Amino acid sequence: MKLIYEKSQAGRRASVIPRPEGLPAADVPEELRRAEPPRLPEVPEFELVRHFTELSTRNFGIDNGFYPLGSCTMKYNPRVNERLVMLPGFAQLHPHQEEDGAQGALELEWRLQEILMEVTGLDAVSLQPAAGSQGELTGLMLVRAYFEDQGESEQRRKVVIPDTAHGTNPASVTMAGYELTPVRTDARGNIDVEDLRGKVDEHTAALMLTNPSTLGLFDENIEEIKEIFHGAGALMYYDGANLNAVCGISRPGDMGFDIVHINLHKTFSQPHGGGGPGGGPIAVRKILEPYLPVPAVVHKEDGTFALDYARPKSIGKVRGFTGPFGVFVRSYAYIRMYGPLLREMSETAVLNANYVLARLKDAYDLPFDRLCMHEFVLSARSLKRDHGATALDVAKRLMDYGFHPPTVYFPLIVPEALMIEPTETETKETLDAFCDAMLAIAQEAADDVTLLKEAPHDRPVRRLDEVRAAKNPVVKYGFEPAPVA
Amino acid sequence: MTHPFLALTESDREEMLRTIGVSSVDELFRDLPAGVRFGRDLDLEPPLSEQELSAHLAELAARNVDTTRELSFLGAGIYDHYVPAVVDTVMQRGEFLTAYTPYQPEMSQGVLQSIFEYQTAICELTGMDVSNASGYDGETVAADACYIAKHVTGRTKIVITEATNPQVRQVIKTYAPGFGLEVVEVPHRNGTTDPDDLAAAAKDAAAVFFQQPNFFGCLEPAPELAAAANDADALPIAHVDPLSLGMLEAPGRYGCAIALGEGQAAGNVMAYGGPHYGFIAARQEFIRRMPGRIVGETVDTEGKRGYVLTLQTREQHIRREKATSNITTNQTLLALGGLVYLTWLGPQGLREVGETCLALAEHAKRRLQERAGLELLFADRPTFKEFAVRVGRNARDVVRDARALGVHPGYALGRDYEGMDDVLLVAVTEKRTPEEIDRLADVLAEVAR
Repeated sequence: MKLIYEKSQAGRRASVIPRPEGLPAADVPEELRRAEPPRLPEVPEFELVRHFTELSTRNFGIDNGFYPLGSCTMKYNPRVNERLVMLPGFAQLHPHQEEDGAQGALELEWRLQEILMEVTGLDAVSLQPAAGSQGELTGLMLVRAYFEDQGESEQRRKVVIPDTAHGTNPASVTMAGYELTPVRTDARGNIDVEDLRGKVDEHTAALMLTNPSTLGLFDENIEEIKEIFHGAGALMYYDGANLNAVCGISRPGDMGFDIVHINLHKTFSQPHGGGGPGGGPIAVRKILEPYLPVPAVVHKEDGTFALDYARPKSIGKVRGFTGPFGVFVRSYAYIRMYGPLLREMSETAVLNANYVLARLKDAYDLPFDRLCMHEFVLSARSLKRDHGATALDVAKRLMDYGFHPPTVYFPLIVPEALMIEPTETETKETLDAFCDAMLAIAQEAADDVTLLKEAPHDRPVRRLDEVRAAKNPVVKYGFEPAPVA
Repeated sequence: MTHPFLALTESDREEMLRTIGVSSVDELFRDLPAGVRFGRDLDLEPPLSEQELSAHLAELAARNVDTTRELSFLGAGIYDHYVPAVVDTVMQRGEFLTAYTPYQPEMSQGVLQSIFEYQTAICELTGMDVSNASGYDGETVAADACYIAKHVTGRTKIVITEATNPQVRQVIKTYAPGFGLEVVEVPHRNGTTDPDDLAAAAKDAAAVFFQQPNFFGCLEPAPELAAAANDADALPIAHVDPLSLGMLEAPGRYGCAIALGEGQAAGNVMAYGGPHYGFIAARQEFIRRMPGRIVGETVDTEGKRGYVLTLQTREQHIRREKATSNITTNQTLLALGGLVYLTWLGPQGLREVGETCLALAEHAKRRLQERAGLELLFADRPTFKEFAVRVGRNARDVVRDARALGVHPGYALGRDYEGMDDVLLVAVTEKRTPEEIDRLADVLAEVAR
């Protein structure tokens, strides 16, 4: 398919810009004036619409089918949310509007904060971080600010992270200026508590933990872990990527965590948009509230809502304004359609995952033979050993069956990993069709492995050469006509 | 009851539990220690139907005074530009809206190609060689750029002009301690930055950061500021308004190392501050230090052209604690909106929208002087779509009184700058008309001074 730039013809256009008459001549000083115009596409409006419509047909979203991408919680995105977010009172509201002209927006933010406190079991919320990874970094900034206040920031330089963690955790640790202390996973898929004991001391600032973990397993020793960290005077950070497993069932605050980020684009159904936007609010225990980003959204005694900048101990700002407001509208709407039934949402997610696990565990390797939470990790190790079929081959062959593949090769501690998260928004028929496909693929690996090796067969492209892309990066259109060979 | 977003029937549930080999859903949670189980129902309001929810949110939305209800000249970083219908049409395609990050390229050629086209558009706008797939907003990409500068130069000082958007400066300062950076601010002189001041501060700096047009709307002597940075071997970083780049020279053409900014003006609704996209582009030599996703061109096994996420060894999921950034989710859908908007504009439309903004802003300057008797703060400085004007008394009071007459006259600069309590920052986009500008002048004539 052509690029939009390859459909461009000088002199065509889609826009008409108002040009009021009788205005002063408009120009900028010559030394600042643009010499060459940017080569933006020149197409009529109908070609623009056709181009992007055709591009969309070469993409696959939840609206197209089952998307069991582990750790990403690809659940249905209600359409009403898209209508609500476009209400002029939300979409056309300027972020510098005075507080008395933004009471509805501030009330929505305040209400969402209150809800997230209840769901996480914590005492205060900042909605500001733009995504989970920024929530992590913000959380670590709070850790630093807290220990600076305690006079322990020089001493506490280490952050403990299990080897199952998302890559964002160690990356955030570095960006926050901390040092990483890795800790192992034990034979049941929990943090290795013995390994942990030797690594937590007066130099430890915090633990970062995803629970349930990226293996889809709830850490059975969480109470012991809490004793170890709090006993050492360290704080506990909860990566909320897997919160969809435990809403109304278990709360991070009750597990002992002091800081939590919530991925609104996972658990609370902000559409992922092909890679964003997200939302990464953080909830904290009372002792950390003074350090939260400014402005805070507060409910005043007179019943109005306001932005509070008077937080002298605040870490500052991590993003513009109060955060990605449109994301808050969608997630707030989503939660209001569930209310206390969020528990049923999580229970169904866990039931669906265990069902798919039960149907697949004889055909694929199961590294940790336990009940799972909202997701689980299989391994294609035996398929690889016996038939030469890798996790990637299984993933590509699933496309031929009309499914988006699971997450592959993560977590890193499981070889040939296939990380499957069905979510709660699927029928049993869909789950069965997926299981049937996975079982058929395992059989195909034995019968005719080329079916897997050459997959996918009917996507717009076959397998792509990623090595070539990285070795000689072409990251924009070249414009000049290719030289004649 | 069965919730509309759930689908299992009672018999589905029984069959599934039987297959799993447990007797109840509760048993699925047997690994949770009793001490961490939540022993009650969540204390949340009862579920709403779609109809009830719509009424509730319509009521909240109605308590906001948006720009369809009040004539607004607010800017200061977020602008009321026109967003054409085609942007909504494309962003609402479910195939784009409900897809994840394109980890499996064969399933995601649509979004991958659109990001490649977006990267091209950003490089064209800025005169740079490489753009990423987007950052969170104009503030966070500024912090990202400082992180690049630290690693490229090995230096730890960031010089930033005081005439740069205060929120951008605040975010850089919030990130700086973790990055091991110190931030030094250079004051403006009569609304713009003096290249000599900047040159003096740039010694031993990792980066010199300025905004064009700056926060006051004034045009900086940007080529001279970039030269001052380059003379000190500091990276010149320009924070630019994408809609100015049909008229103003691209930062890549006057020696900048990195160009970045807030994309909202180009294709996103204001939405009380987000979500929007931040864009960041750099010279080729920094490609392996860029944060976040980058899409590259390649071929498939049959030689057909296709697109993939590339240079992933920079990223957190591969490099972990040695990554160039922790970013994963970015703002792809908003950047897609930006690409559609820039395609809708084309080069001619981009220039025209800039000319209309500039002409209307010049008209507004005259009207506020002639009709309202106000004085421009930096009268001899050229501006683009925004300018500072003295209103003779506390600007926040003027805002309050003008709003009572149905006009939001602008941003009170005293919120961020000492000695500017009586100054308003007035933004004029192509959506404003000469008649609306007359109304602003009339209202300010009444409430100012």
